[in-house]
Amino acid sequence: MRERTVLELSSLPTFGSGPRSPTWWGTLAFIALEGTGFVLAAATYLYLAYIAPGWPLSAAPPNHWPGTIVTILLVASLVPNHILSGYAKKCEMRPVRIGMLVMTAFGLAPLIVRGFEFPALNIYWDTNAYGSMLWVLLGLHTLHLLTDVGDTIVLAVLMFTHHGNSGRRFADVEDNIFYWYFVVLTWLPLYFLIYWLPRF
Amino acid sequence: MSSADLAPKPEGILDTELDAESLRRRLAETWKTRSGLVGFLSSVDHKVIARRYLITALIFLCLGGLSAVAMRVQLSGPERGLIGPDLYNQLFTMHGVTMMFLFAVPIMQAVGLYLVPLMVGTRNIAFPRLSAFSYWVYLSGGVFVWVSFFLNMGPDIGWFAYVPLSGPEFAPGKRADVWAQMITYTEVSSLAVAVATIVTVLKQRAPGMSLDRIPLFVWAILVTSFVIVFAMPSVMIASSFLILDRLVGTHIFNPAEGGDALIFQHLFWFFGHPEVYIIFLPATGMVSAIVPTFARRPIFGYLALVLSLIAVGILSFGLWVHHMFATGLPKLGASFFTASSMLIAIPNGIQIFCWLATLWSGGPLRLKTPLLFVFGFFFIFVAGGLTGVMLASVPLDLQVHDTYFVVAHFHYVLIGGAVFPLLGATYYWFPKLTGRMMSERLGRWHFWLAFIGFNAAFFPMHIVGLWGMPRRVYTYPVELGWGGINLFITAGALLFFLSFVLFVINLARSARSGEAAGENPWDAGTLEWAVSSPPPNYNFARIPVVAHSEPLWAERGSMPVAAGLRVDAREVLISTVAEAKPDLREKSARPSIWPFFSALSVGGTFLGSIFTPWAVVWGALPIAVSLIGWFWPKGAPEDEE
Repeated sequence: MRERTVLELSSLPTFGSGPRSPTWWGTLAFIALEGTGFVLAAATYLYLAYIAPGWPLSAAPPNHWPGTIVTILLVASLVPNHILSGYAKKCEMRPVRIGMLVMTAFGLAPLIVRGFEFPALNIYWDTNAYGSMLWVLLGLHTLHLLTDVGDTIVLAVLMFTHHGNSGRRFADVEDNIFYWYFVVLTWLPLYFLIYWLPRF
Repeated sequence: MSSADLAPKPEGILDTELDAESLRRRLAETWKTRSGLVGFLSSVDHKVIARRYLITALIFLCLGGLSAVAMRVQLSGPERGLIGPDLYNQLFTMHGVTMMFLFAVPIMQAVGLYLVPLMVGTRNIAFPRLSAFSYWVYLSGGVFVWVSFFLNMGPDIGWFAYVPLSGPEFAPGKRADVWAQMITYTEVSSLAVAVATIVTVLKQRAPGMSLDRIPLFVWAILVTSFVIVFAMPSVMIASSFLILDRLVGTHIFNPAEGGDALIFQHLFWFFGHPEVYIIFLPATGMVSAIVPTFARRPIFGYLALVLSLIAVGILSFGLWVHHMFATGLPKLGASFFTASSMLIAIPNGIQIFCWLATLWSGGPLRLKTPLLFVFGFFFIFVAGGLTGVMLASVPLDLQVHDTYFVVAHFHYVLIGGAVFPLLGATYYWFPKLTGRMMSERLGRWHFWLAFIGFNAAFFPMHIVGLWGMPRRVYTYPVELGWGGINLFITAGALLFFLSFVLFVINLARSARSGEAAGENPWDAGTLEWAVSSPPPNYNFARIPVVAHSEPLWAERGSMPVAAGLRVDAREVLISTVAEAKPDLREKSARPSIWPFFSALSVGGTFLGSIFTPWAVVWGALPIAVSLIGWFWPKGAPEDEE
């Protein structure tokens, strides 16, 4: 077949951020499917709470303080996350490096406090269905927290190597920021379900 | 430092600097899959991965088919002692899980994986390493469940594995765990392909391929991928909860400790009903590709067809409870789901009428094998749809629940609605994959054998179901008088199986010595027919520019193209979501063995978790290492921007 050139592409940029980048859409798709998982797990919890004669089932409500500290840390992390996003968009290396270190710290801190959350639930996973669901919800979120912190650490290291000097890496940083919003925002309803629903 | 300060990157060699011959040579070099074992395990070419998926899915179809034949032989007469109840339970479970999870869904996604990048005019799928990873996970899941079966550890709890039957109390041993982890493998792989497909369709379309110029097959795969994204997490949640109940002693499905068994059914069918459409929608896309080509006109009612696809995708999430009418739901809930189950017949009906209108108003019909299978689809699927409307009615459903009437219904819908179009699609696109035509003569024999065999096997099941024969029984007493009709059904099933033997012979013979096909043997209008058969590893030497929904019909003999991409690095064109305006030149990942290692470590972790929950902890290390290996830049131009 004869080809006829009607369009010139060589002047197009070689990376883009936000919705211009395919990776952003890929991250969004993963957020959608993981978000569906969260919604269905939460729905199961509510379903079991609805059919139960009382909630919590034969246990004292959890001690909310470790969870509340995690919540405060996660919400506070949105500020540096947002600032980092601005620097990543402008491909500014030094502030991005610092920002990645800050976000690593903001990822590790709630993970450490999370270690105190499980005992504060006041029930084990194998005691009854209420205990099972608390552990499942907290576990599901911890898995997300762990993977994102792992990703943040690897990316932070990468930004300190010569590979960081690439527009594509800054787009990666932005995707990491995007996913962190998801990790924080999914926690807020879970925090309510785990710590406050058993008190009503 | 700011963006302006980023070290300048070498521009590389652009296609504008090369003549046609050297352009093709350079691109072939850049996009090639290396030979040798490492090359084999590292391939990220969507065509190579899709071919592997197709062949693997066909092998699973064969295994699923053989398990059906074994069951039919056992049921061919009353009180036969060929297969005992335990093996029979494993066989119908293996048949169900194989056909649904290892054949139907993967093969539909694989056809999409092969064709979508070609149809939208790009060089590779988005996230090619993710697609490679998905194949290895799928393969290990399939091998895992079949090896378990041969070790007498095959699941025996039905393809939907209801609790409490599948729970720790009533299913000791590892069989139910095998079911639960098989779900995890296959759903992870399916979700990965769905994400890659969505992003390819949204962001990698050729310039000018606005939303109203996307081929209907691509629309169908896009909607299917969205349905996968929102449906599959549900079955993963269900199977994960099940395995937690079984292995670490949670009580989510245990009513004695505040859990509930019915929530399992809700979670399963919230996935399970959309699953039917995950299989059916790509098939409708295949019909929408075949019909215009053989009717010699653009499809009638493009917009109506797109909207129907989307409507079916959305409505498919509102029907799940009709699988649970026999569980004693509140009356109002049952009525709602009756109404929604009937509602979905409307967009499906619109599709059928649009295809008929296209065939009616086109040029003289070319009645080739692909179209024969489409006619078979019309006949069988409409019959299945009608019994579907019957089953949506609660009183009738309660009468025939768990009888062969239901077995007949869903085989009419699934085989008629998905397998017949898939067979038609095989005859239609085989020339593109292999460069050779399939035999028409064998194709016609195949069609008539399949059509007669299918109806002979499944139509009488309606009758025996209405007589009261329950499904999932390994035998029945002589006095019930079901022997004659069951013998007839078995004869039909063997005929149907024989049609597939003929199909495989046709595939093998045509691949070796079929007539040469050329670029566009059917004179079709969509972009996959613009490239040679089989397509070169880079798909398009220059990216096509699209101004029509059937670009090859709009301008014959010549094609408007875009120039200015690199040839010494894998570069694809990224366009805007709605209008497909050129936006970026992005790099596409090079081959890598790390997706294979990642799949190994993920698969090993799933396997180990059946035996000890600590496997998840120990597995985390190899998973982390292989993922870092996957994403860490290796200094290739594709790793930079």
